[in-house]
Amino acid sequence: MLCQHCQKNEATTVVKTMINGKYAEYRLCPACAHELGYDAMFPDFSADFGGLLSSFFSNALPAISGATHCQSCGSTLNDIRRTGKVGCADCYDTFFSELMPTIRNVHGNTEHKGKRPGAIEYTVNEEPSSDTASKKQDKDKTLQALRDELKQAIESENFERAAQLRDRIKGLEG
Amino acid sequence: MSEAVVSTRIRLARNLKEYPFPIRLGADQAREIVDRVGEALKDSELKFHRVDLDAIPETIRVSMIERHLVSPDFISQKEGRAVYLSDDNTVSIMVNEEDHIRLQVIRDGFELNEAFAVADKVDNILSKKLNFAFHERLGYLTQCPTNLGTGMRASVMLHLPALEMSGVVNRIGANLSKLGLTMRGLYGESTKPTGAFFQLSNQVTLGISEKAAIENLQNITTQLIAQEMRTRENLLNDIEIQDRIHRALGTLKSALLMDHSEAMRLLSLVRLGVSEKKLETLSADSIDKLIVEIQPASIMTRYGEDMSPRERDQKRAEILRARFE
Repeated sequence: MLCQHCQKNEATTVVKTMINGKYAEYRLCPACAHELGYDAMFPDFSADFGGLLSSFFSNALPAISGATHCQSCGSTLNDIRRTGKVGCADCYDTFFSELMPTIRNVHGNTEHKGKRPGAIEYTVNEEPSSDTASKKQDKDKTLQALRDELKQAIESENFERAAQLRDRIKGLEG
Repeated sequence: MSEAVVSTRIRLARNLKEYPFPIRLGADQAREIVDRVGEALKDSELKFHRVDLDAIPETIRVSMIERHLVSPDFISQKEGRAVYLSDDNTVSIMVNEEDHIRLQVIRDGFELNEAFAVADKVDNILSKKLNFAFHERLGYLTQCPTNLGTGMRASVMLHLPALEMSGVVNRIGANLSKLGLTMRGLYGESTKPTGAFFQLSNQVTLGISEKAAIENLQNITTQLIAQEMRTRENLLNDIEIQDRIHRALGTLKSALLMDHSEAMRLLSLVRLGVSEKKLETLSADSIDKLIVEIQPASIMTRYGEDMSPRERDQKRAEILRARFE
C-alpha cells in the first residue's frame, strides 16, 4: 500500500488517531512518518527520566512533613526534585508524604510485595504446597526463626529491627 | 523455546543502609563499599574477580557494555566504581552505579526462572554480610523511586524482524506500558533498537512480587513470539523478503567495508533466514556471538586501540567474510 501522505513510497507505519471521538487510520512511509513526527516508536523514556521525575515531584503536594532537609545526608526536597534522585535511605522516611504521590504515579502501588532481606529464603520456583500439614510445619519453622532473630535483635539492642520482627510474628500468628 | 529470544537478564538493585546513595557518596565511602561487596562475595560458590573502572582503558570499558556486562551509565564515571564478574561472565555486580549494588545475571535463551534463581542466591549471600536498606512498606530502597520494591528488572532480548518489517512493533509499544512492561533497544536504557533487537522488561517494581513480575513478562513474551512467528510465515512466502535475506548473506560474504549499522541490519536478516530454515549458514547462536564481536570497541580491544573508523569497517568486513565463508 502506498503512503497516504506523499502517495509515492510504500507505507510501513500505521498511525491510529482518535479525534473528537472519531477514529481514523493513516498509512505512512518512513519519510513522511518522520516528517509528521510519528516515528518515535519508543520515545526515549529513560534519557528524560530525570526530568520527568522532577516534573512529577514539582507537581507533588507542598511539604507536609515540615522537614527542610534529611538529617542523615543533608538532602533537601529541592535537591530531590531537581535531580529526580533520592539522597539516602532515610530520605524516604523524612520526606515520606512528599514522595508518596510520585511513587504512586510511577508504580500505581505503594505496598511492597515480594522478597525481603533476612531469615526467610524466597525462591521463584517455590511450589505452592497443597499439604496443609506441611504448610503449618513451614509456618512454625518460620515463626521459630523469626522469634530467634527477635531475641538476637533485642539482645543486640537493634530495636528498629526488633519492632519489624515483632510485627511480622504478630501477622503470622494471625 | 524459540530462537526469537536471544537472552534473558535479571537485575537486582540494592543499597547499603549505612551509606548515602551514590549521588551523595564520597570517594572514600565509595571505595569502602567496593571492598565490602568483595568481602561479602568470598562466601559465594561462584568465583568473582574485581575490575576497577579507573584501572582499565576506555576501549575495554566500552566493550564491557557491548557484552552487556555493564550499563552505559556505569562507565560515565570511573572514580570509586568497580564491577565484580563471575568467571564465566554470566553474573556481574556493578558497584556504585545508580545504586550501591546492581546485581545482574544474564543467560542465553528464554530462562527467566533460572536466571532469577541465580540472582536470588547471590543476593542472599550478599545480604548475609551487608545490611540492605529496606522499608516495610516500600521494599528495597533505591536512589531512583522507579526501582523501589523488589528492585528487580527482568528482561528478555528479543529478535523480532517480522514484527518490525510489518510495522506491528510500532503499535505494541504503547500497549506494553499498560501491562507494566517497557521495550527498549539493544543496549537498554536510552538506546535505539538496531537490527530488530528489542529488550522487553518489567517497568513496575513496587506492589508486585518478583514471581508475579516474571510470570507477567513470560506471558507477554510468549504472546509476542507467537505473533512474530505467525508474521514470519506470511513474510517469508514473499519472494522479495527471501531475496533480501539471500542478498544480505551475499553482502556479508564479500563486502570489503562494513559499518556497524549495516552489519547489524544484514546480520538481523540472516538470523531471520537461519531461524526459519531458509538459509544454511552459521547458527542463530553463532550469529548472536558474532554480533558482539563486531561491535566497535570489541574490535578495537582485539585488534588495536588506535584504529580509525575506516580501519574498523575494513576489519569488521574481514571478520564477517571469514566467518560466513
